[in-house]
Amino acid sequence: MFGNILIWFVIVPVLMMLGLACCGNSNMKGIRAVMVCGSTVLLAMAIWLVVDFLGLRAAGDTAEMLYMGSWVWYAPLNIHLAVGVDGISVMMLLLSAIIVFAGTFASWKIEPLPMNFFLWFCLLSTGVFGFFISIDMFTMFMFYEVALIPMYLLIGVWGTGRKEYSAMKLTLMLMGGSAFLMLGLLGIYWHSAPEGGQLTWNILEISHNNAIDPSWQNLLFCFTFVGFGVLGAMFPFHTWSPDGHACAPTAVSMLHAGVLMKLGGYGCFRIAIFLCPQGANELAWIFIILTGISVVYGAFSACVQTDLKYINAYSSVSHCGMVLFAILMLNTTAMTGGILQMLSHGLMTALFFALIGMIYGRTHTRDIRQMGGLMKIMPYLGVCYMIAGFASLGLPGMSGFVAEMTIFFGAFENANLFHRCFVIAATCSIVITAVYILRVVGKLILGPVQDEHHLTLTDAKWWERLSTVTLIACLAGIGFFPNWINEIIRNSFAPIISAIQSAI
Amino acid sequence: MDYSQFGAMLPELIILGLFLIVFIFDTFSGDNSKRFLTPLTTVLFGLATIAIWLIPASNESIFGGMYIDTSACKAMKAILNIGVFIVFLQSAKWVESDEVAIRKGEFYELILVTLFGMYLMISARHFLLFIIGLESASLPLAALVAFNKKHYESHEAAIKYILTAVFSSAILLMGLSFVYAFSGGSLYFDDIRANILSGEGSGLLIAALAFVIAGIGFKLSLVPFHLWTADVYQGAPTAITSYLSVISKGAAAFAFFVIFVDAFGPMFERAWEWMMYAVIIATITVGNLFAIRQKNMKRFMAFSSISQAGYIMLGVMAGNVGLASMMFYIFIYIVSNLGAFAVISSIENNSGKVSMDDYDGLHKSNPWLAFAMTLAMFSLAGIPPFAGFFSKILMFTAVTSTNSMALYMLVLIALINTIISLYYYLLVVKAMWIAPGDAKIGSFKSACGEKLALWICVAGIVFAGLVPYIYDYCRAVVG
Repeated sequence: MFGNILIWFVIVPVLMMLGLACCGNSNMKGIRAVMVCGSTVLLAMAIWLVVDFLGLRAAGDTAEMLYMGSWVWYAPLNIHLAVGVDGISVMMLLLSAIIVFAGTFASWKIEPLPMNFFLWFCLLSTGVFGFFISIDMFTMFMFYEVALIPMYLLIGVWGTGRKEYSAMKLTLMLMGGSAFLMLGLLGIYWHSAPEGGQLTWNILEISHNNAIDPSWQNLLFCFTFVGFGVLGAMFPFHTWSPDGHACAPTAVSMLHAGVLMKLGGYGCFRIAIFLCPQGANELAWIFIILTGISVVYGAFSACVQTDLKYINAYSSVSHCGMVLFAILMLNTTAMTGGILQMLSHGLMTALFFALIGMIYGRTHTRDIRQMGGLMKIMPYLGVCYMIAGFASLGLPGMSGFVAEMTIFFGAFENANLFHRCFVIAATCSIVITAVYILRVVGKLILGPVQDEHHLTLTDAKWWERLSTVTLIACLAGIGFFPNWINEIIRNSFAPIISAIQSAI
Repeated sequence: MDYSQFGAMLPELIILGLFLIVFIFDTFSGDNSKRFLTPLTTVLFGLATIAIWLIPASNESIFGGMYIDTSACKAMKAILNIGVFIVFLQSAKWVESDEVAIRKGEFYELILVTLFGMYLMISARHFLLFIIGLESASLPLAALVAFNKKHYESHEAAIKYILTAVFSSAILLMGLSFVYAFSGGSLYFDDIRANILSGEGSGLLIAALAFVIAGIGFKLSLVPFHLWTADVYQGAPTAITSYLSVISKGAAAFAFFVIFVDAFGPMFERAWEWMMYAVIIATITVGNLFAIRQKNMKRFMAFSSISQAGYIMLGVMAGNVGLASMMFYIFIYIVSNLGAFAVISSIENNSGKVSMDDYDGLHKSNPWLAFAMTLAMFSLAGIPPFAGFFSKILMFTAVTSTNSMALYMLVLIALINTIISLYYYLLVVKAMWIAPGDAKIGSFKSACGEKLALWICVAGIVFAGLVPYIYDYCRAVVG
């Protein structure tokens, strides 16, 4: 069991938690040492995994999933701790590792109770990593919920503003989504094998069995898609997102918008559509409408906000809506775009929230009406903010451009009027995105200095630079070398596409 | 009479022997040696627990089939024993306090007698023996509820408890007399089952079923028979409240399953399936909705335990797998709930405070207690990776096994209710970790027994779900 690299993505955060518990709240150096070592190890493992994965693929290993491993857990119900990754999960693991790494440095000076903060932070990472490596629905669901609950304490204790309200709203809405999700998973399990066969929670086996009755598929598709869709901030279940992001501390916003919301998109892709392809074919239109609304509505909402975090939270609703929208187009090109968008949005939003945290830590306000001319005061942060903004509005050379172009090309392949209308509407959101990004950049970064007290503020410290440089390098990496990512995820769409096509 | 058949009753005999030892020691020891009573009882009880766990079930049916000793019964008794052991540990300091120290022998004796009664309830296959067990499990509890002699609330609670206990017994007996009439003069579970299968007199039997559900529903505090619960839990000494909320509930739930699935099983679709839908939905929902507004921690736990009873009852809908899930659920519920009660009683013993408002900022003065309470609340709410998640999910999995749409909807309602319950469990977490200001409870050191109880509970909460052995064991014993 311990010979499998994937298991270590869960074990390392658990070891970090033990290390933190040994440190105690007063030993700040020890806490930092544990966090930096742990997150560096995770990042190194993720990079090694990408390289090795490419090597295996190049050597001609065409299996659906690599690094497979399966260990019996609850034998009477055939529950396994089953792991395995394809290109998409490998990229998601890399994304998570980068953001955990950057998040550690972004919360270098967290107060109060630093040990408890990082303890819950590591529990959250355990859930995220565990979710992406699992191919057993039960363990996947368990890790999914493990990733959700620390948010309550992270926002409630270390957040700002109306934190109690936001933390409770976020937790209850996400858990409400997971209630529907659980029912969907139970339904899939009890239909997972043909009459008399061995029931299973394993995603690959369920897909091979292809035994779910068509009349049940519609129902189960709805349950699972809504369940994951809540986390993917799908309209009308997105309302937890702006409040939650606005009140969360910096590193938590980063991890939440950067990775946790991707759990929703990944789950819709891996479970809802993959396991209920017939349901997806028949009912995708409902969710195309809902996610289409998310894309446009989120962008418009961002235009009228004045709080920096609210602007980016609504922008996340718009961009994550785009991810689900792309996946629902049910063809390879759009799905590739959807995955690229996940990566791009993850990095870009993490960068945004990190910068907002740094700006807020200096000016003690997030209201764009009270700030201005930051380029004069803290040029480094100003430049970074502009880069993040350009990535967000899809400037060529940055990741957002690659992702969104691929999505729209793919989406346009669906040649009927319904799809075309929604694609055109969604494309409009690019223009709206440009409006709210440029508005903020113009006012906040380039405009006149609003508050004289701000003139005394200092620019970024070394740990802040490290955090932002990592993220910007990755953003540009995707923007300039999208083929490289495409190479990794290319083979991962064949099973799902063939499942969808055979179900028509 | 063949005395060798008593050999099949070994668990009961062990508890009876322990009772006699405590009784004799309590009666004849001088004031000086009385202080050994608590450690003696606790250690002996711990040994008894291990013994009951280890001795194999004889699978014999004795006294003409009135009493049966199966591995499932024995496992259930062992699970209850673990709970009682934890209760003994966490009450070790309280029984030495001035007010109750003089009567501590009675505390242990009465608890052992009620436990003996619960054993009989679990193993009974004849309603007469079941009633004897039920009565000896209920009546001494009234004395225990009134244990704080000088407290007005304790008296009120005891009166409420004894009246409802007697009333519910009367209803139960009424139902049983119908059953007696129906089954032609036999109260054996097997005879009743055989009579139902031959298909006679179902109208009378449906009335009887309603009475029996009501009668046992009082013990389990199922809605709408739950009205005594909050007042009794609040008034009783905390050690007794924790005992009432887990042990007596667990035993009654197991007996409920045996009676309904063994004796009345063939009537499932005709009559009590729909009664149970109504009772379960009402129990989970009402318990949850009332818990939201509670500020007194003991009342809060009372309503939380009402809703948990609803989840336990889900097992009745799923046959043998349901029984295994139910036993697993009860075990996890015991460690989670007793973990919460260990914190509550520790705080009450040291500061006398039981209001949720007093828990504000607890993490500043007593971080470890706050941490343990957080884990217990997460486990009760069914949050992974803590044990409560696994017990809930495995229960839901068992219930949906028949793929009937009605059961899926029942599970959906239960799942939505877990969200409501998460809300009020998080209120406690919020008070402890998020509420601004200084701690209202000073820093203190818990007594040794309380600490040990808490450690056992925390270990159970963290590991009982992650390792599959307990669930496998439950599945193995139900066959």
